[in-house]
Amino acid sequence: MNLNLKIWRQKNSQDKGQFMEFHAKDISEDMSFLEMMDVVNEQLIKDGKEPVEFDHDCREGICGACSMVINGNPHGPDKATTTCQLHMRRFKDGDSIVIEPFRAKAFPVIRDLVVDRSAFDRIIEAGGFISASTGNAQDANCLPIAKDHADRAFSAATCIGCGACVAACKNASASLFVSAKIAHLGLLPQGQAERERRALRMVAAMDESGFGGCTNTGACSAACPKEIGQENIAMMNRDFMRSSAKNRD
Amino acid sequence: MNFWKSTIGQKQLVGLAGLALAGFVLTHMLGNLLILVGPRAYNEYSHALVSNPLIYAAEVGLLVFFLGHVIVAMTLQKRNWKSREVKYAVSASGDKATSPAKKSLWAQGMIILIFVVLHLITMKYGEYYTVNYGQGEIRDLHRLVVDVFHQPGYVIWYVICLVLLGIHLSHGVASSFQTLGFNHPKYTPKIKLGSCLFAAVVTAGFVVQPIYVYFLM
Ligand code: HEM
Ligand code: FES
Repeated sequence: MNLNLKIWRQKNSQDKGQFMEFHAKDISEDMSFLEMMDVVNEQLIKDGKEPVEFDHDCREGICGACSMVINGNPHGPDKATTTCQLHMRRFKDGDSIVIEPFRAKAFPVIRDLVVDRSAFDRIIEAGGFISASTGNAQDANCLPIAKDHADRAFSAATCIGCGACVAACKNASASLFVSAKIAHLGLLPQGQAERERRALRMVAAMDESGFGGCTNTGACSAACPKEIGQENIAMMNRDFMRSSAKNRD
Repeated sequence: MNFWKSTIGQKQLVGLAGLALAGFVLTHMLGNLLILVGPRAYNEYSHALVSNPLIYAAEVGLLVFFLGHVIVAMTLQKRNWKSREVKYAVSASGDKATSPAKKSLWAQGMIILIFVVLHLITMKYGEYYTVNYGQGEIRDLHRLVVDVFHQPGYVIWYVICLVLLGIHLSHGVASSFQTLGFNHPKYTPKIKLGSCLFAAVVTAGFVVQPIYVYFLM
């Protein structure tokens, strides 16, 4: 199939950036969206032009590196799908596709479609972990965990930190990401000791990074390739409220 | 982390104040329905409200909730506008889209704010007619309301504003539960439905009055 692409080009974070029009020819419907981008780049290189920079790594939907907003939708039109898992059969011959980077003040564009998502790392550093001395793992049966807690923690833990929630939110809010981490750790016994501090510190780091607040539109969960639910945000709100009330600092 | 400066803490204040205002609009709407009973019931109810000494506490409370809701919500809104400097060229579609009603909460709020100010000027601080039912002179609010709702322009403006309030509430009530930390797979779908029903009942109840006065009186 042949496609009319409009791809965002931007030299660096200072550059204003603009769209480049590109006619992609003979794209197979079995290609992934990123493979289509590879074909575009090969053509650009043959023409002596700079290829389009985009993030990718595993190309199997588990690492969270790929991004892109495709016709206004983070990771494209499909539910529960990352850009690397999106296939060209989803598009028709002659389609126009507009490709933009994730847009948020907290995710500055580095180049073309690559954005700096290190704000997420700073949030994790603030409390998205369990401090544990290393040593042998203890016997799993010593730590009773209710089945529904284990299930909910596991489903929150499927977050791959791609940032599509931020890209989809009208406020560029990171609430879904942060809440997934808070819920994932806060639902397990190992996470209890630091639960209150974690909520306070991660929320502080989220606010300091310049993300917006949550309006509860649910757009984040709709765009999430792992379908992380709104329930986690309610848990974060609860943990934050309780921890603020009990905070002694 | 300062609760009052955090996006979550501020949103919780907006939600609490919003729920309080939602309770107020429900009682206000029920009071207005006395228009269907008759002028005396309407005026005596209104007199009972304003002559109760607790009215001052209630008015101060309402003012605090209203101003608190407006100021904190707009503070968050300002931050939310700033959090995406370069806008998308294309907006999301299908499942990933955000409904216009949710994108425009602030605009609905702004119109409601203008409406409330004008509404107080026209009604509470409007023409002071009096009437006597044998227990002394009281305000004839009924007469003012009938006068006002005979102006087609005012009826249209009123109905539009109440539909906007309904849209605001249909998202707002359910959203407040989520903001305050309540989400449960069994109850949340019911809360969302309840929120829409609540909004529809409030708007329909308010709209009864202008329609009844304009067409039937
Ligand atoms: C009687 C009038 C009003 C009622 C009953 C009401 C109710 C509500 C409720 C229940 C919410 C949801 C809060 C949450 O999700 O936790 C809300 C949100 C909101 N309200 Fe109102 N509201 C009213 C008037 C206003 C006014 C006058 C404004 C602004 C000028 C306003 C602006 C907003 C905004 C911007 C939000 C969204 C906040 C956010 O998600 O960031 N509202 N309202
Ligand atoms: S490249 Fe790893 S999730 Fe897409």
